[in-house]
Amino acid sequence: MKFDTPAGQNPIDQLKVVGKATDRIDGKFKTTGTAPYAYERHDVVANQAYGYVLGAGIAKGRIRAIDTAAAKASPGVVAIVTTLDMPALGLGRMNAANLFGGAQIQHYHQAIAVVVAETFEQARAAAFLVKVDYAREAGQFDLEAVASSAKPVPGDSGEGSGGGSEDRAGDFEGAFASAPVTFDETYTTPDESHAMMEPHATIAAWEGDKLTLWTSNQMIAWTKGSIAKILSIPEASIRVDSPYIGGGFGGKLFVRSDAVVAALAAKAAGRPVKVALTRPLVANNTTHRPATIQRIRIGATPDGTITAIAHESTSGNLPKGKPETAVDQTKLLYAGANRLTAMKLAHLDLPEGNSMRAPGEAPGLMALEIAMDEMAEKLGMDPVAFRVRNDTQVDPGHPERPFSHRNLVGCLKLGAETFNWSARNPKPGQVRDGRWLVGIGMAAGFRNNLLMKSGARVRLGRDGIVTVETDMTDIGTGSYTIIAQTAAEMMGVGLDKVVVRLGDSSFPVSAGSGGQFGANNSTAGVYAACVQLREAVAQRLGFNSADVAFADGQVRSGNRTETLAKAASDGELVAEDSIEYGDLAKKQQQSTFAGHFVEVGVDIDTAEIRVRRMLAVCAAGRILNPKSARSQVIGGMTMGVGGALMEELAVDTKRGFFVNHDLAGYEVPVHADIPHQEVIFLDEVDPQSSPMKAKGVGELGICGVGAAVANAVYNATGVRVRSYPITLDKLLGQMPDAA
Amino acid sequence: MPSFGENELSRRDVMAGATACAALAAVPARAEGRPETAGPEQPVLAKVSLTVNGQRRELELDTRTSLLDAAREHLHLTGSKKGCDHGQCGACTMIVDGRRINSCLTLAVMHQGSEITTIEGLGQPDALHPMQAAFIKHDGYQCGYCTPGQICSGVAVLAEIKAGIPSHVTVDLNAPMQVTDAEIRERMSGNICRCGAYSNIVEAMTEVAGRPA
Repeated sequence: MKFDTPAGQNPIDQLKVVGKATDRIDGKFKTTGTAPYAYERHDVVANQAYGYVLGAGIAKGRIRAIDTAAAKASPGVVAIVTTLDMPALGLGRMNAANLFGGAQIQHYHQAIAVVVAETFEQARAAAFLVKVDYAREAGQFDLEAVASSAKPVPGDSGEGSGGGSEDRAGDFEGAFASAPVTFDETYTTPDESHAMMEPHATIAAWEGDKLTLWTSNQMIAWTKGSIAKILSIPEASIRVDSPYIGGGFGGKLFVRSDAVVAALAAKAAGRPVKVALTRPLVANNTTHRPATIQRIRIGATPDGTITAIAHESTSGNLPKGKPETAVDQTKLLYAGANRLTAMKLAHLDLPEGNSMRAPGEAPGLMALEIAMDEMAEKLGMDPVAFRVRNDTQVDPGHPERPFSHRNLVGCLKLGAETFNWSARNPKPGQVRDGRWLVGIGMAAGFRNNLLMKSGARVRLGRDGIVTVETDMTDIGTGSYTIIAQTAAEMMGVGLDKVVVRLGDSSFPVSAGSGGQFGANNSTAGVYAACVQLREAVAQRLGFNSADVAFADGQVRSGNRTETLAKAASDGELVAEDSIEYGDLAKKQQQSTFAGHFVEVGVDIDTAEIRVRRMLAVCAAGRILNPKSARSQVIGGMTMGVGGALMEELAVDTKRGFFVNHDLAGYEVPVHADIPHQEVIFLDEVDPQSSPMKAKGVGELGICGVGAAVANAVYNATGVRVRSYPITLDKLLGQMPDAA
Repeated sequence: MPSFGENELSRRDVMAGATACAALAAVPARAEGRPETAGPEQPVLAKVSLTVNGQRRELELDTRTSLLDAAREHLHLTGSKKGCDHGQCGACTMIVDGRRINSCLTLAVMHQGSEITTIEGLGQPDALHPMQAAFIKHDGYQCGYCTPGQICSGVAVLAEIKAGIPSHVTVDLNAPMQVTDAEIRERMSGNICRCGAYSNIVEAMTEVAGRPA
């Protein structure tokens, strides 16, 4: 189905199932531990051996030799594959570093060997007997130290943000120079780790030339294509299966070493091999969100009208890596005729930087939305009013392009009202609650809505059960449930009559899970397939398809009524289609919007920061399942608190690796860090987005929230921290007197 | 992991001591009868008897096997998850002899005779434990990987509070212990949820505790 004109009235608008807060259909499996994750699939293939991955102990250089004699002689060892056994394997989609092969080490903990044994304990013990002789080379590991050597580069996150090395509108320099009120500050965000709960894991099995990977990956078709390229085997020989994924956040967008190494190990062992990256490998072997240095300049008239805005970001990466696209939202979020955004990229020999939840916008808004707070204060304006003043209904760099639907102002106003913003004391450091200094902060949230082709197959069985098959993944996002809701709505049945099967590459290719594009596109693909199935049902029943209604398990046309199951009484009906998009998104800008509001307490003596209240008001088109969508948003808010207050991969700038590579050293929010969180969705639809009229919310929740926390800390203490995370050591020396 | 070759005898002695203390004799099996000096050392196997979810299970395990891996790899009870394998995330939480523990931080052979409840023992898809049902109702999970650990911890936390076991945030040690949000958050903080379902988990636990959410 080609979607090239805005959606009119369609069966989804009935909202009998779609749009209702719905318990997840996979909930009873996840809560009982019966949902099968990659490493646990004892049932899929017999005789699985255990692979243990060894990571490089240097950040840059070459391996002279690997001595596997002791490891090979170790009990239970079945096979050992080392990186010296083959030339460097090709790069998979979006990979910046080779996942395996060759003597060259590009980053710390790059996979260099896999030891296969009968048991996990044997594989682990043997792996530590492998002796590696390294020729270490000097590398660049300190972004700040090399930032001056960074070169202008264009770049695209592949997830909705990107741009040229420099994008301009009007005359920024001239307008900034003549602006009555100006602001110029620099902010830094650190490297961050996805730290999803399930480490990357794969079971690989060869049957002749056919390879099956039971893995944990967000993008099934990309993985299949990448594995084909890396292993030089035809795509048709590969099956990838990921029905359950224990979190990804972008860290499982692209194929990683676990899958490659498992395939190689299974080949060498002559039997299936299962591999899970150990937790300490996750930070350095896989990808991370790159650190940024961001300069923001804003010029305005005294009434708070922005006349000039510039956002420049410097990040670092391996030579084939991309920049963090932290400036992208600044092209679209606020009005102003004179604009500049620019990106620079420095060469770093740290592990590969790549997409992490809202790549670009998440760190970009952490900086921009502090800058907006600072500028509002400079102007003597309320931060909400300053943002409302500079709202725009068109792409400010291309005023001929309106937003398809934009109600940022609604988010900010409703949020301010709900959060009792008017009670905030704009003078920082004034509000006390016992030993706590209390502050309130806000920020705008912004993230683009992406349209991606997405396919699905729908079956109507003789028993009247509707089965949906698509390679879409559910990474905790609620895909199973919204896809079931879509099929139920379209076919006029209850959720109990719908079965959803996901994550198998033998199913039609979907949008996959990334860039908050999964929900709208994958359900639109299911919608398209259901339109075909409805047609097939009408034909089978001899109905005129133009006036057929599907409801309550029945099909009605004129005065005739049949059960839906009747249509399949002579055999299963199968329909397949995908949603494909025209140029609607080019003509009009599709984005999602939020207002984030946060209250913090900061201990007057210790500067310990506690988040006390959080609210997000979101405008993201139709909300398909308010229950799971709310969870997506609070999850983003939680990760945003992490980014604001604690998350930072500590770089050993001498040896070139992330030191705190586990869940004790890399701190993420725990229960005690997170208060009750409130989310309000504005009641809206966006007919430009798809027949579902929905947009993404999975990343909107993290966009802006970090700055809202930062602004609340400033309001509480009067201390402005421009270097994330905002830890108490950055406050202590400047805290107000305790008296 | 270093080779224990030179310490072979002393380690064997330690193992013998440990097994002698156990209620049932757990004899290192494969290590017997092997020449002391020949080649790399064979894994030491030991028999262990556990009661898992009410069922007596007899296992013969490499003594290096964690309780978590015994469940996941040997009993195929994969509900308990391996998130970090060193006690930092809580995904492996089981209830052992009435107390929740990180099952990745303990060896299976240390649990001779233990009563172990895993997520599978709390409830099944067609017969949910009230905590499992409450997690579904309040959407106290997303990807589901930390969820079995959260639920096992949640059940045990409510029992700890009921038993009057204090926590860091307990205000009055002499008063009856209350199921407050602060108590839940403090006691649950060893169970990381990267998807960020904390706010919903507190609501689910509060409902099960019988306090208005």
